[in-house]
Amino acid sequence: MSETPIARKPAGRAGRSFELPEHLKVYRGVWVFIEHDRGTVNPVSWELIGEGRKLAATLGVPLAGVLMGGPQEPLERFASEAFGYGADLCYVMRDAVLAGYRNEPFTQGLTHLVQQYKPEIVLLGATTMGRDLAGSVATTLQTGLTADCTELAIDASNRALAATRPTFGGSLLCTIMTLAYRPQMATVRPRVMSMPVRTIGREGYIVEASLDLPEHAIVTKLIDFIADASSNRINLAYADVIVSGGKGLKNADNFRLVRELAQVLGGEVGASRPAVQAGWVEPERQVGQTGKTVRPKLYIAAGISGAVQHRVGMEGADVILAVNTDPNAPIFDFAHYGIVGNAIQVLPALTEAFRRHLSARQRQAA
Amino acid sequence: MHIVVCIKQVPDSAQIRVHPVTNTIMRQGVPAIVNPYDLFALEEALRLKDRHAGRVTVLCMGPPQAEEALRKCVSYGADDAILVTDRAFAGADTLATSYALASAIRTVGTEQAVDLVFTGKQTIDGDTAQVGPGIARRLGLQLLTYVNRIVELDPVQRSITVERRAEGGVQVLRTALPCLVTMLENTNEMRFADMDQMVRAARFEVRKWNREAAGIQDPAKIGLKGSPTVVSKVFGPAARSQKSETISLDQSTARDAAFTMVERIFTRNPSLKHDLEERMQA
Amino acid sequence: MKERFDAIVVGAGPSGNAAAYTMARAGLKVLQIERGESPGSKNVQGAILYSDALERIIPDFRDDAPLERHIIEQRMWVLDDRSFVGTHFRSDDYNKPPFNRYTIIRAQFDRWFSQKVRDAGAMLICETTVEHLLMDGGRVVGVHCDRLGGDVMADVVVMADGVNSTLARKAGFHPEIPAQNVALAVKEILFLPEETIQSRFNVGEEEGVVIEMIGKITEGLVGTGFLYTNKDSLTIGVGCILDDFKNNPQRTAPYAMLERMKRHPSIAPLIEGGDMKEYCAHLIPEGGFFAVPRVHGDGWLIVGDSGGFVNAAHREGSNLAMTTGRLAAETIIEARKEGWPMTAATLKGYKDRIDDSFVMKDLHKYRHLPAVLEKSPQFFSTYPELVNRAAQTMFTVDGGDKASKEREIRSSFRASRSLMGLMTDAYRLWRATR
Repeated sequence: MSETPIARKPAGRAGRSFELPEHLKVYRGVWVFIEHDRGTVNPVSWELIGEGRKLAATLGVPLAGVLMGGPQEPLERFASEAFGYGADLCYVMRDAVLAGYRNEPFTQGLTHLVQQYKPEIVLLGATTMGRDLAGSVATTLQTGLTADCTELAIDASNRALAATRPTFGGSLLCTIMTLAYRPQMATVRPRVMSMPVRTIGREGYIVEASLDLPEHAIVTKLIDFIADASSNRINLAYADVIVSGGKGLKNADNFRLVRELAQVLGGEVGASRPAVQAGWVEPERQVGQTGKTVRPKLYIAAGISGAVQHRVGMEGADVILAVNTDPNAPIFDFAHYGIVGNAIQVLPALTEAFRRHLSARQRQAA
Repeated sequence: MHIVVCIKQVPDSAQIRVHPVTNTIMRQGVPAIVNPYDLFALEEALRLKDRHAGRVTVLCMGPPQAEEALRKCVSYGADDAILVTDRAFAGADTLATSYALASAIRTVGTEQAVDLVFTGKQTIDGDTAQVGPGIARRLGLQLLTYVNRIVELDPVQRSITVERRAEGGVQVLRTALPCLVTMLENTNEMRFADMDQMVRAARFEVRKWNREAAGIQDPAKIGLKGSPTVVSKVFGPAARSQKSETISLDQSTARDAAFTMVERIFTRNPSLKHDLEERMQA
Repeated sequence: MKERFDAIVVGAGPSGNAAAYTMARAGLKVLQIERGESPGSKNVQGAILYSDALERIIPDFRDDAPLERHIIEQRMWVLDDRSFVGTHFRSDDYNKPPFNRYTIIRAQFDRWFSQKVRDAGAMLICETTVEHLLMDGGRVVGVHCDRLGGDVMADVVVMADGVNSTLARKAGFHPEIPAQNVALAVKEILFLPEETIQSRFNVGEEEGVVIEMIGKITEGLVGTGFLYTNKDSLTIGVGCILDDFKNNPQRTAPYAMLERMKRHPSIAPLIEGGDMKEYCAHLIPEGGFFAVPRVHGDGWLIVGDSGGFVNAAHREGSNLAMTTGRLAAETIIEARKEGWPMTAATLKGYKDRIDDSFVMKDLHKYRHLPAVLEKSPQFFSTYPELVNRAAQTMFTVDGGDKASKEREIRSSFRASRSLMGLMTDAYRLWRATR
């Protein structure tokens, strides 16, 4: 990521008429690193397989999943899930040193795979594992890595990956390319891309790979894993209904109105960054570029202006209803529905309106 | 025990304000601060220094005005501060930045061996979280990212045990020194500098290294030249072709507006209504 | 803390920097304490730099100070809703170096000035608030700051902590500033290409224009507007007496007033296409001569805005700030050289110096103006209307004879203010500015 947001491009690196050096033309294929833990694949990997499928189709190349894990882990089952979501093949690397994520063996493993099979694009989820691994691998391969992309596309003129992400502290977007290096690496946050449809019965093939790295050569040891207590986990990223509050609510007390509406809808409570910074809600509830990305069926934004840093976290929602006193607030540029008014008055009215509408049906069904 | 903390001076995006009347984002005149994530790293380093009688050197790659950020770190208790500054570093992406910082840390190591390198999780202006891992790789340091607690540091055994945030839980990892740690936010509370430290910092001579002094071996790997990623364009988000359908409380009461809106949403999105009803029954 | 200083300067704005720089250059051990994150982070100014005041402190400031444009033209406008009557003065003499006035951007200028202060040897710490003075009986012996070990002793404390100063008030040296003695001003910086600014304002490269405005733009409140040309941006703002804002039945917010002013048909074309990148608000002392408190005592001096040193009639403040800062420093330097203790008697030398300078002389000259303007809002609404309509009548050629037009104008004035009122206004204005 460039330090100066609008970098002056040196001569010969202008996008349009760029010619890839010969030795890099052999790099072909789109890879998605499939992240898994204790028997389940992190859904972000499937979202990336879905996105990778589109990129691979545009380029006319195969889409591969990369699975690395320990002897007891169900990597073949993960592979067939990957095929269902659109992968053509999976590289499976199995070794005892890969049981449980550690930077050293995973970096070596993924680096060797890349050096051997030469993909042109490698995608990873922007999770703690993905970012840890991507940074190490990109540095080892001396190639470009773009983090937290909100959009991926292929530039028609040169087959390069155009990765878009927020910049300027989140107020603008920028498109970044890795022109003269391969592979082009990118991380994408969970929920930014949509979950693809799984085709049961779709098949692919597995390429087995081995890692020649004995345990005694690895310095970092995994001593323990302490799972989070599930009761206090806020699952904002996968919530279907989210009601979010922002600065327009004026104080912590008024967040109760957000909670009440969320409860009636059976949804989660979210917040914009200013509300979190003001200490009105827990940081885990922050939606936006530096918070969570969400894709609910219904997103209600109350007292939120809709600046880019928040927008990129929720614009994938199916239905967006915004409430703001300012008719010119940016949120009305991309929300589907809006009420121009004070959230403190409107939220209770919405709570009542939703309650009436939904309980009417309940009474009918009962 | 010698600890190097890498910091960055960034524009304070929290102070980027929205104009009260026109709603435009004001980015000008925004002061520069120490990247807030780096302060958690610095505080952790200072705590280890207090406990193990060590030295903390703060290192920053940036323009001349980044000296202020380093001075601020000295006021908190850092023993030494080095600004790696050179026009040649301009336009660096994370690969070029990690190369420059790794070279500088290597040079710092020739004065006194480095046992630990700390960085913040990410910066608030780039927020890629890539430089820490990049430095570790180049210097052959073990990498511990997203650390929320240092469980134990044993200077005699030269080992460190940490808790690392992972999806769904916390990993407890042990590795050998030297290593690189990226600290999570809100893992500690920064101390307040006292008056003596403030005045000491005001007097402090921050060392300035250009690329030669920093030990850069290959100039092709720094700055714009050393950056594989290029920004091809910067733009504002596109407005949707259709602005939202709004009801204003100028023309309607809150109650009526809410009812009308809910009605409209459900009429146009029957599957949404269905889903919500199912949730209520569940 | 154990370390002692010869002088402590509270505040790193123009007056504080002038004082700290002058003393540090003379070899004094100076500690400057600023509550903002960096020097100038809490300062706001329309941004005109008066060379004379700065030259007397840093003679070669032009070598490296960040200066926008040197001013070659001054415009004074009296505005009605859709028109203005203006007086311009432009002289090519202003193009002969050394230039007399410049527009500056405060954030950059303060940073430069502060670096000079540090280069001169003064110690600067920021993000530290002086909570109160340390007293020994009636004598100031140091300051207490909001940090551990925050008691710092010095021979003398120079309070340069601005219009919102609470130190002198807490120590009982003077009462709180009433709301009619202070104005609230808001400003914006709009970015435009250099060439656009130059062609719109009819200036060449590095040349600048200052426009000072009064009239309907302040909606009947006592206040002024201004528009300055910087290198690639314009500063536009408006300010009114705080009390007037509070008592205004329309309850117009300052930014709303500025937005309306920007839409004035004579102003809008000048700022058209400007990209607004900064906005801020600040208080300006407006009480004039009678609002200047006691500025010296046993172990203390007050300089700059915290002493109310602002000449509202001419919109001058930063030059008075720098000058009072310098004069305070010179008083202290002389006292040390002569071995005099920093008592009120010794420090009275500062009062004498400022009385002898343009600072108090100008404030004295305009001492009645604040009161007169407060009692005469007609200067901000009625007269601008009358003057504009008179001009419109005079310059519209519609077949009427000139003598009738003159009669029409005269009678409109009399009808509006009555002969008695006109004469009283004239007298009052004459008295206030004599």
